Amino acid sequence: MSAVIEEHHHDDHHHGPDKGIMRWVLTTNHKDIGTLYLWFSFIMFLTGGVMALVIRSELFQPGLQIVEPEFFNQMTTMHGLIMVFGAVMPAFVGLANWLVPMMIGAPDMALPRMNNYSFWILPFAFAMLLSTLFMEGGAPNFGWTFYAPLSTTYAPPSVTFFIFAVHIMGASSIMGSINVIVTILNLRAPGMTLMKMPLFVWTWLITAYLLIAVMPVLAGCVTMMLMDIHFGTSFFNAAGGGDPVLFQHVFWFFGHPEVYIMILPAFGVVSAIIPTFARKRLFGYASMVYATASIAFLSFIVWAHHMFTVGIPISGELYFMYATMLIAVPTGVKVFNWVATMWQGSMTFETPMLFAIAFVILFTIGGFSGLMLAIVPADFQYHDTYFVVAHFHYVLVPGSVFSVMAAVYYWLPKWTGNMYNEALGKTHFWLSFIGVNLTFFPMHFVGLAGMPRRIPDYNLQFADYNMIASCGAFLFGFSQLLFLFIVIKTIRGGKKATDRVWEGAHGLEWTLPSPAPYHSFTTPPTNMEEAHG
Amino acid sequence: MASDQTYEHYYVPHNSRLPIFASIGIFLTVFGTGHMLNDMTAGKEHSVGTWILLAGGLTMGFTLFSWFSKVIEENHKKLYSHQMDRSYVWAMSWFIFSEVMFFGAFFGALFYVRMFVVDWIGGVGHRGPSDMLWPGYTPEWPLLDTPDPKQFPGAKEAIDPWHLPLVNTILLLTSSVTVTFAHHGIKEGNRNKLIGWLALTIAFGIAFLFVQAYEYHHAYTELGLTLHAGIFGTTFFMLTGFHGAHVTIGTLMLIVMLGRAMKGHFSPDNCFGFEAASWYWHFVDVVWLGLFLFVYVLGS
Repeated sequence: MSAVIEEHHHDDHHHGPDKGIMRWVLTTNHKDIGTLYLWFSFIMFLTGGVMALVIRSELFQPGLQIVEPEFFNQMTTMHGLIMVFGAVMPAFVGLANWLVPMMIGAPDMALPRMNNYSFWILPFAFAMLLSTLFMEGGAPNFGWTFYAPLSTTYAPPSVTFFIFAVHIMGASSIMGSINVIVTILNLRAPGMTLMKMPLFVWTWLITAYLLIAVMPVLAGCVTMMLMDIHFGTSFFNAAGGGDPVLFQHVFWFFGHPEVYIMILPAFGVVSAIIPTFARKRLFGYASMVYATASIAFLSFIVWAHHMFTVGIPISGELYFMYATMLIAVPTGVKVFNWVATMWQGSMTFETPMLFAIAFVILFTIGGFSGLMLAIVPADFQYHDTYFVVAHFHYVLVPGSVFSVMAAVYYWLPKWTGNMYNEALGKTHFWLSFIGVNLTFFPMHFVGLAGMPRRIPDYNLQFADYNMIASCGAFLFGFSQLLFLFIVIKTIRGGKKATDRVWEGAHGLEWTLPSPAPYHSFTTPPTNMEEAHG
Repeated sequence: MASDQTYEHYYVPHNSRLPIFASIGIFLTVFGTGHMLNDMTAGKEHSVGTWILLAGGLTMGFTLFSWFSKVIEENHKKLYSHQMDRSYVWAMSWFIFSEVMFFGAFFGALFYVRMFVVDWIGGVGHRGPSDMLWPGYTPEWPLLDTPDPKQFPGAKEAIDPWHLPLVNTILLLTSSVTVTFAHHGIKEGNRNKLIGWLALTIAFGIAFLFVQAYEYHHAYTELGLTLHAGIFGTTFFMLTGFHGAHVTIGTLMLIVMLGRAMKGHFSPDNCFGFEAASWYWHFVDVVWLGLFLFVYVLGS
C-alpha cells in the first residue's frame, strides 16, 4: 500500500497554497483544513468562555445581580453546547487533520473535498445556534443535555434551530470521522502496520468509530424532539404512551460515548508528549491500545449512570454502577503507563510537558470523582450538584483542553517552523493551572454541601467558595489571551525550529522539514524505525 | 506528473468549489425548514422559510449533481488508483454503518416503550402510584387506547401484517435478488442483462413506495392510525417513514445507475458506483425485515 501525490493542472504545477481568502474557502489540503478547525475551535472557546464568565459573574456573590434567571439558563445551555460541539471536538478534529497524514506517511486525507465540507458546515451551524440568542423567546434554556419535556413542551421556539444546528454539526462529525477512519485504514505508508501507529492515530481511529456509532443516535434523538414539537408525536409524552425518560436513554446512549470522544484523542496527545520529554519509549504501548479499545467498548454499556435518580429499576442501577466502575480498570492502565514512562526518565519540563503532567494529575482527580459518582447510593446525594460540575470540568478543562494546549505547544514548531517563547509558554501554563484549580476545586466542596447546579442564586454558606471560583475563572479566562498572543507571535516569527524540534521526539512527522511542506509525503516514507510500537 | 511508476498515484484535487456550495445548501435547507416549521406550529399561513428551503434544496441538488458528475469524470480520466477505490469502499461501508445506528435509535425507542413504558404507565412492576394519573388505562400492545385520549386520540386498529406489508416484503426481497442479477450482468460484461435487471429492480422499488403510500392513506383515513395517535402511531410512522425515505433515496441512486449503465459507464473492474448503490439497497432491505418482524408481525 503506497501513495504519492499527483498534481493535475493544465497550467503551472501548483506546489504551494493559493493566495487570499479563497485559499481557505476552497482548500482541500489537510493542513489548511486543520488550521481552519483549530482557529474555529479557539474562537468558539473564547465565545463559550465569555458565557462562562457571565455565569461566574452572576455567581460571584449570592442573590441576583447581573443577569435575569432566564438569561442565566440560556448562558449555561449555550456555554455547554459551544464548548462541547464547538471548542473541544473541532480542536481534536483539527489536530487529526494536521497530524494523522504526517504520522502515517500519507499524502493527505483520503477524501479531501469531503474534508473541506466537514469543516465549512460548522461556521454555518454555530452561526445558526448563536443567532438563537437574538430570537423571540430567547436561546435554548434547558441545559446542554436538553432533557424533554423542558426541551419539547416547555421550550422556546428557537429550539427548532437548535435541533437543526445539531443535525448539521452531526453530519459534519460523521463525514469528518469517515475521513479519519478511511485515511488510517487505507493510506498508511508501507510497513506502518496497525501496531506501529502512534497512539494519537490509534486513539483517533477509535474515536472516529465512536463518533460514527453515536452521532446518528443523537440525530435520532433530536429528530424525535422535532416530531414531538411540530408533528404531534408522543415519544417523550406519557399522555400518548411515550416517556420523558426515553429521552434520557437515547440522549445518554449518545452522551456517554461522546464523553470519551472528547478524551481519547487527549490520551493520544499525552502519550506522544510524555515519552519525548522523559526521553524514553512509551511504557506498555500494546496495553495502551487495548485499554483505549476497552474504554470505547465500555462507553456503550454504561449510559444510565447519568440517570440514577430518575427512577430506573434497582437491578438496572446495580448493573450500571458495576459496569461504570469497570472503566476505572483500563483508565488505570493508562495512568499507570504514563507514570511508568516518566519513571527514571531524563525529564525536562518544557511547556508541552508541563501541560501533559498537569493532565495526568488533574484528569486523574476527575476520574476519581467520577468513581464517587458511579456509586448509586452516593450519587443520590451528588446528583445535579456542583460536585458533578466539578467532576466533568476536571476531565474536560485540565483534561481535554490542557491536552489541546499541550499539543499546540508541542507541534507548533513543526507547523510554523518557529519556536514559541518558552518563558511566555510557562507563564501561560502556570496561570492556567492555578486558574483552573481555583475555579473548579472549590466546586467539589460546595457540591458535597448541596449546592445545586444551573441555579443563578445560592445559599449564603456557599459564598466564599463561589467567590474563589469566580476569581479563578477570570484568571483562567484572561490567561487564554496570553495563549493567543504566544501563538500569533510564533506564527509571525521566532527562533527557527529544527526538523526534529525536540531531541527525544519520535515519529514520522519529525522526519519532515519544519515548517512541514504543503504536501506531507510526496513519496511514502520507508524508515519505519521512526514509528512507535 | 509523478514519474515513479513503482507507486500508485493517490489523486488529491488542488481545491474545489463544491464543498462550500454544499455547506451553503445544507444551511439554507435547515434554516428554511426551521422557519417553516415554527411558522406552521405558530399557525401562520405563509412562511418565508418555504422560499429559503427551496433555495437550499436547489443549491444542494445542483451541488450534489455537480459533485457526483465531477467524481465520475475524474474516474473516466483514470485519475483514480486502486487505493482510491478502496477509500470509496471503506467510506461507503462506514456511511451505511452510521445509517444502521440511526435506525438503531428508533428501534431502541420502540423496544424500550414496548418492554417497559407501556407497563410502567399502567402501574405494573411495583410502580403502583404511577397508574393514578390515568385510571382507565390498560397496558397492552399495540397501544390503541392511549393514557390520555383527549390529547392523543389513539387508533382503531393496527395494520394487518399479512396483506400489504407481506406484499412489500416480497417486493423488496425480490428486488435484492434482481439487483444482484444486474451486478452479474456487469461482471459478465453483458450490458443488456445489467439494464434489464436494474430496470426491474427500480420497478420493484417504485411499486414498494406506491404500496407504502396506499397503506399510509388507509391508516390515516380508515384506521385512525396517525402520527398523532399516541406512541403506537408515533413509532409506526417514524420507523416505516424513515425507511420509506431511504427506499426513495435508494431508488434515486438506482435510477442514476440505470442512466449510467445506458451510457456504458460500468465495466467488470470499474463499477463502484453501482456496487455502492446496491449495498445501500441491500441495507434498506435488511431494515425492512426488521420492520416487518418488529413493527408489523410482533406489533399487531
